[in-house]
Amino acid sequence: MYKYDRFDAHFVRERVAQFRDQVERRLEGSLTEDEFKPLRLQNGLYLQLHAYMLRIAVPYGVLSAVQLRQLALIADRYDRGYGHFTTRQNLQFNWPKLVDVPEILDLLADVDMHCIQTSGNCIRNVTADQFAGVAGDEIEDPRPVAELIRQWSSHHPEFSFLPRKFKVAVSGAAHDRALLKAHDLAIRIVRNEAGEAGYEVLVGGGLGRTPMIGKVVRDFLPKGELLPYLEAVMRVYNAEGRRDNKYKARIKILVHEIGVEAFQARVEAELRAIEPISPVDETAELARIAEAFDTIDYARLAPRSERFEAARARDARFAAWAQTSIFTHRVDGYAAVTVSLKPVGGVPGDMTSEQMRLFADLAERFSLGEIRVTHAQNLVLPHVRLDDLHALWLELADAELATDNVGLITDIIACPGLDYCALATARSIPIAQAISMRFGDAVRQAEIGPLQIKISGCINACGHHHVGHIGILGLEKRGQESYQITLGGDATENAAIGELLGPGVTAQEVPDAIERIVDHYLARRLADEPFIDAVRRLGVDEFRAAFLGTQDEAA
Amino acid sequence: MKLLDRDGVRADTFSRATPGDRDLHDRPIVPLESLETQLSSREKRHVGVEVSNVASVEQLAPHFDDLALIAIVFPAYSDGRGFTLARRLRNAGFRGVLRAVGPLIADQFAHALACGFDEIEAPDAIAERQPYEQWRRAGASISLPYQQGYSRANSIFEQRRLARRGECNA
Repeated sequence: MYKYDRFDAHFVRERVAQFRDQVERRLEGSLTEDEFKPLRLQNGLYLQLHAYMLRIAVPYGVLSAVQLRQLALIADRYDRGYGHFTTRQNLQFNWPKLVDVPEILDLLADVDMHCIQTSGNCIRNVTADQFAGVAGDEIEDPRPVAELIRQWSSHHPEFSFLPRKFKVAVSGAAHDRALLKAHDLAIRIVRNEAGEAGYEVLVGGGLGRTPMIGKVVRDFLPKGELLPYLEAVMRVYNAEGRRDNKYKARIKILVHEIGVEAFQARVEAELRAIEPISPVDETAELARIAEAFDTIDYARLAPRSERFEAARARDARFAAWAQTSIFTHRVDGYAAVTVSLKPVGGVPGDMTSEQMRLFADLAERFSLGEIRVTHAQNLVLPHVRLDDLHALWLELADAELATDNVGLITDIIACPGLDYCALATARSIPIAQAISMRFGDAVRQAEIGPLQIKISGCINACGHHHVGHIGILGLEKRGQESYQITLGGDATENAAIGELLGPGVTAQEVPDAIERIVDHYLARRLADEPFIDAVRRLGVDEFRAAFLGTQDEAA
Repeated sequence: MKLLDRDGVRADTFSRATPGDRDLHDRPIVPLESLETQLSSREKRHVGVEVSNVASVEQLAPHFDDLALIAIVFPAYSDGRGFTLARRLRNAGFRGVLRAVGPLIADQFAHALACGFDEIEAPDAIAERQPYEQWRRAGASISLPYQQGYSRANSIFEQRRLARRGECNA
């Protein structure tokens, strides 16, 4: 894992002192609430429906056991004993007091953590593939690039008052597990014809009320030239992004309105204007950062574990869990294990302080002290020996963390919704819980196979409903919660926006509506055909009839 | 309005010129529309111009040598376009005084200075609520930033480069 050097540590401490000073000036009146708002937001502090909410950055989703234990301590001392993992790989506390926040930030700084830029109209916390450095389909580990961007964007003097938020994601793999095409800017590590690694840059993706798929603006940016390029993109956006309407202020609207070619031309012109500035020695910086990630001392193991195979043959429940939870590690004899934070009927992404401590212990015993947070609101133990999987599973089961539903219909992404969020128009969590109860039977879930349901409680789409195989958007219609259902969204390299199936349904009707869609899939699928493939083959219209309950008449 | 810079609050030696009184001011700040007339009719060295934050470098660059000051208006503290315009003007070679005009707050002092501004012309209400000491303290709150080529301070990236060079020489 990356360890702060003395400069990083000093910077974060100064940032804490700066925020403490800002809080004091707010309390004594030097700063008005309007003036204080962007300052607290840039430190991850929101004012929600019932209380402040503090969003802690988990840069590119990488967390250590020591850090998770510190989060448990903060949850107990300053919150209500639990935290919530988000779709941007961060962790939120829902009940902190304003006066306690500087103290919380100090506790975070003690373990190389912070809340910098987890909110506000600035460059947000960078996200990445949760299997970075682990996946076999990777050209290069994207974490050094992500860390470089974290540092470069921290407290940026020019780009802290942008038209709107700016989200960056990075991946080095062939398959997209980081939702690259739904980000304001995404970097994919690729190889050119000469075999050199470099960056493909996408701009203008995003969800929200106007979902758009990111477009390639540079198909190959040589290494060593990333930061000037990012600076040029940000400068064009800061100068020209719309500020007359916050719903049209994201970079995707600028790119859409002027066209991708015109946008590219402006960026290239900006790049020519900044050439005289001496660039950071990126190669040396990336090498320095990469050293921190290369310290893992893997054991030399056989690719096949007899102990694992025997346990799998002996114990059907373990086998079912292993089937959904294990991701192949690039190193022989190891696996990355996804741990579901979606117990049947539970709150997606929530974790109690007790579970955090226990999980930190398991990470130390079984995964070299390392944890990853996924954008699907689950956790990963990235370096588990195949030999240890059964022992790990037993311990997870004791902690009620062995739900075998990763990637299945009850592994639902849901935003906090109207239970917490000031922007929400409808509840998300109870909808997720109701669907989870309806489809909770393990055999039935396995029978249905991979199916992603994503729920947002308002048009801002924090729950990624647009890219859910089944998307659910909660709105308010004449004082009633109304849920729109979309079909055919895809969050991978085949990114697609789901299509609306019909008029909104009530909260009570949602599980039945989902069941009609699923039943139609089960009736019409080919052998082993996953849900999303069947939707593509059959077309959304056929499912629309099923959703509306009119397929008999149509047939 | 109060004028603040790195050294404190100081008197403004410039003043805004209004149409018709062009001869009254020694150091006028004129709108962009009347810049050409002003420059052709007076001692060039002491003319300043005030522009909106959507002005372009191309409009101003031909006059860089004749301009003592460019004032960029911030319509709101949350509108960061002025930071980018300042940066673009510095990148294009403007070496005169850059002034930020508008409701900036103390916590943006560091941003403004790093992007190339020399001074802030802040409304009285803000300057009174946020005395200079707060601007000084907020401006110095991050002593070593990451970004290279922005503030006068060394960057973290540069410090690391120097450390690497030191290691190599040793």
